[in-house]
Amino acid sequence: MLGILIFLGLVVVVVMAAIGIYNSLVGLRQQVKSAWSQIDVQLKRRYDLIPNLVETVKGYAAHEKQTLERVIQARNAAVAAQGVAAQAQAENVLTGALRQLFAVAEAYPNLKANENFLQLQEELASTENRISFARQNYNDTAANYNTRAQSFPAVLFARMLGFMPAEFFEIQNMTEREAPKVAF
Amino acid sequence: MPRTFRDLIAENRRKSAFLVVGFLAFFTITIYVFTLYATGADARAGLLPALGGLGLGAILAFFSYEAGAGAILAMSGAKPIKKEDDPQLFNVVEELSIAAGLPMPRVYLIDDTAMNAFATGRGPRNAVVAITKGLRDRLNREELQGVLAHEMSHVRNYDIRFAMLLAVMVGLLALLADGFRRWMWWGGGRRRSSRDGNAFMAVIAIFAILFSIVAPILGKLIQLAASREREYLADASAVELTRNPEGLASALEKLGKDQEVLEVANRATQHLYIVNPFKPFETRSRGLLSTHPPLDERIRRLRALEGVAERRSSPVVS
Repeated sequence: MLGILIFLGLVVVVVMAAIGIYNSLVGLRQQVKSAWSQIDVQLKRRYDLIPNLVETVKGYAAHEKQTLERVIQARNAAVAAQGVAAQAQAENVLTGALRQLFAVAEAYPNLKANENFLQLQEELASTENRISFARQNYNDTAANYNTRAQSFPAVLFARMLGFMPAEFFEIQNMTEREAPKVAF
Repeated sequence: MPRTFRDLIAENRRKSAFLVVGFLAFFTITIYVFTLYATGADARAGLLPALGGLGLGAILAFFSYEAGAGAILAMSGAKPIKKEDDPQLFNVVEELSIAAGLPMPRVYLIDDTAMNAFATGRGPRNAVVAITKGLRDRLNREELQGVLAHEMSHVRNYDIRFAMLLAVMVGLLALLADGFRRWMWWGGGRRRSSRDGNAFMAVIAIFAILFSIVAPILGKLIQLAASREREYLADASAVELTRNPEGLASALEKLGKDQEVLEVANRATQHLYIVNPFKPFETRSRGLLSTHPPLDERIRRLRALEGVAERRSSPVVS
């Protein structure tokens, strides 16, 4: 009798622990998903800002047509890109085109003094930061989730229940550096 | 074992709970002892007033938790601003909230030319970052990012909850202690002749003595709250968010050169700020009992991190 009770007690403890781990994995996976969608939100923000920017620059530097067109093309290519790798590639091209546009703008004092342009410049600079911070946060979240899913005892059943490891976002440029190890 | 920010959160939650319990115990015990001395009653008769003390403490603790941030902001003369007022400041805060994976905090401006900043609130969902106009105007984007990343780290680590409770509770007790001292002063002249008055005065005197004992302990507590480790950690976590130690380091350098005293800060709120709001640089930098670590040491540690960040970012040939 006592043996059965102890056995049942153990079963209850194990089941409770498994439920706890399962729930925490679900929560972490949700965090990974929302971190991923945050990247998309910020990319979209950038697509929305670019037509405005191009219009503003056009008014002051109409004969920089080539640069402007390159930006628009890069933007449209990025919007249309499918798949993570192609997307990342297209985003890189867009970042380069934008950088060139701002470099060109240096030669137009009137443009540089334009309130609208300054505002757009700030918004785009902020968006670049947001994109790289969103990626950074995605990677941190993914690392946290992966660690949890691959540590004992979760590793025994994580894959079976569909907790696949999250992919990391490739670090593409100097602004997305690896986190310096911070000793607490 | 290295501590993650999740450990820090747990620690801060624990400390906050201890603080509330201590606060309640203080009120209960003070009133209990007070009743025994004042009425000469037996130990049982003091229980009911002690319960009253517990109730009072609970009300004040509830107030500290629910309205603490508002009280601190009002005390500091901070005013909420909208994105249109300062798009860049809002952008920087929003970027950092993305980096930290936290909701966007409210942004307040303190209309003062002294340079300082702080964060407060119950936790990330109820957080406020406040910056003085003097600091806002003198920092470039990169430095601003560093300073606000430091504040966002306090938010993420729940430092703000503990610091807020401490500020409001200490403020309340200081207020009470002050009230009692004054009461004794003018009460003393009035009631010297009456015998009842003498008993009453003795009671007040006990209270005053008790508070004068508690006051230094509270001061010590404030220092614990603002332990140097806590500020170093917030600096380090800020770099974890921005990946750019130089922004914060150069902002701290500017902060160090500022000689101005922030008038709206007081003893109860001093530990909230990014740099000690009272003292000019020399003492700010080297005070043995200062609530903040020396600035030059903070800057040195940040610059040391920079070397680490650079080494790690160098391309790896595979």
